[in-house]
Amino acid sequence: MLDYITGYLKQDMTPGQAGNALWALIYILIIFAGVSLAVIAMNWLERKILAHMQVRLGPMRVGPHGLLQPIADAIKLLIKEDIIPDQADKLVFWLAPLVIVLAAFTTFIVIPFGPTHAVTDMNIGLLFMIGVASLGTLGVIMAGWASNSHYPLLGSLRSSAQMVSYEIAMGMAVVSAVLMTSLDTDTGTLSMIGIVRAQEAQHTWFIFKFFPLGLIAFFIFAVAMVAETNRAPFDLPEAESELTAGFHTEYSGFRWSLFFLAEYAAMIAVSSIAVTLWLGGWMRPFPHWLSGSLWDTAFSFVPALTFFFFAGLTFRTFLRMPKHPAFKIQKLGLGGFGAVLGLIGVVLLAPPVRDRIQDIYWFVFKVSAFMYLYIWYRGTFPRYRFDQLMHLGWKFMIPTGIAVLILTAALGLRF
Amino acid sequence: MNPVATPFFFYFLSGVAVISALMVITRRNAVHSAISLIFTLLSLAGLYLMLYAPFVAGVQIILYVGGIMVLFLFVIMLVNLDRAMLEEQFNKQWPAGILAALALGALFLAVYRKGIAIFPKSTVVLSEPSNTQDIGKMLYQQYLLPFEIASLLLLVAIVGAVVMAKRRI
Repeated sequence: MLDYITGYLKQDMTPGQAGNALWALIYILIIFAGVSLAVIAMNWLERKILAHMQVRLGPMRVGPHGLLQPIADAIKLLIKEDIIPDQADKLVFWLAPLVIVLAAFTTFIVIPFGPTHAVTDMNIGLLFMIGVASLGTLGVIMAGWASNSHYPLLGSLRSSAQMVSYEIAMGMAVVSAVLMTSLDTDTGTLSMIGIVRAQEAQHTWFIFKFFPLGLIAFFIFAVAMVAETNRAPFDLPEAESELTAGFHTEYSGFRWSLFFLAEYAAMIAVSSIAVTLWLGGWMRPFPHWLSGSLWDTAFSFVPALTFFFFAGLTFRTFLRMPKHPAFKIQKLGLGGFGAVLGLIGVVLLAPPVRDRIQDIYWFVFKVSAFMYLYIWYRGTFPRYRFDQLMHLGWKFMIPTGIAVLILTAALGLRF
Repeated sequence: MNPVATPFFFYFLSGVAVISALMVITRRNAVHSAISLIFTLLSLAGLYLMLYAPFVAGVQIILYVGGIMVLFLFVIMLVNLDRAMLEEQFNKQWPAGILAALALGALFLAVYRKGIAIFPKSTVVLSEPSNTQDIGKMLYQQYLLPFEIASLLLLVAIVGAVVMAKRRI
């Protein structure tokens, strides 16, 4: 059994390349578990970070500092009554969350967590991701229509119009990044792993390539991806003061949690596209200028150090908790959480783990930076009105995207 | 990589395509028809994959399913369909329709029986890793003029749509 596992891992290929269906299934299960864990963490982080930005505390009661709040939310959603509106189209009502969750999770097949850490490396990986992400739009329309109510219908039409408009801007930015992959070799590539390898070969992240074109393309994609996932400041379709939660108004309990899950999974997926195309994917900072085994070893301690840092923060909060006997259990829980973080840090110090965890760690680190940015945008920017949103998408993003594309192509021919 | 279980996937995808296409024309509810059309287009994308054309499959999903069907659903929802749904499902000329369909079927059968030589013996195995690059090269070297003419056609269509839809230019 153990030699079967080590024998497969020694091959150092993705399950798609090895043609191994069992390992593909195992990778898919690991990714599914990881994404669910990330969604749970995002739930807690969003409420805490938004609260701290608004000079308040956020959830503090449910676990130590609200750490068990996502579990409480999940339990609440699971035991809530499942209400279907009377005149709603039952088949489409049932189908809509399914389509959205499928579209959001299928994109994870091609996301490259490392040079061989993807479920499969399709030649058209990027095209596949954008295509499947555009299937989510259909789910939104179906959800709004099937609810048989005014606000969801308006919300879903606005939301899908917004998503389609910003998909075009995303496409322009993505194509200019793909153009940059063809600079070293004769032909470019649409494969996600190939794009990161192209950045590796050209010794530069594409965000810094042809300055400022890479930066502008990244900026266009970063704004378009926030609009694509209906997050603030582009969340008018979900705005409670305008549309009482938009297209998922009539969904309750578990169906709503599927929308929620799909929204966060889509956020992680488009952030992964941005990280892969512009921020060098799984590469550690400065792999070319600070190369050599000494720098490699130095950088390989960073995963353990981040976990020790978080464990340290947890212990500091542990020491500052009130000395009242009512807080004893919370204090214990917080101490246990800190101990778990420290333990993970210690495990990451072991040499065999240290070498293998590098790629996955840097990729997850960069995607987490994007998640923090998402929460930061939500806490900072006021909402765009719908006509302002469409004006921005069609009259600013698309012309800028086309200009960046033409200039990148021209500069690429020249150099 | 070698293809796996080709007959099963072909019959499955073709079955889904045909059944969904039949559902498109028989559903009373326009949104149900649109959703069945989505399933037809997705199974076509699968068939393109079986023919070693991954790029066409990807573009089919992005443009047809993610773009054109969204447009269809928009129109269905924004146009008042209550009156349309109360009208007759099929018009009164179904004998002529069935006759025309049978004639077309007979034509297909005749072409298949008499002209079997024009069909290839087996699926052409294209090179999968360089599919997108090959399409790109052909579009820009051999078929450059048709490509540019098609782009111009799309531009004319966009300008025409904007001119017709705007209240004031």
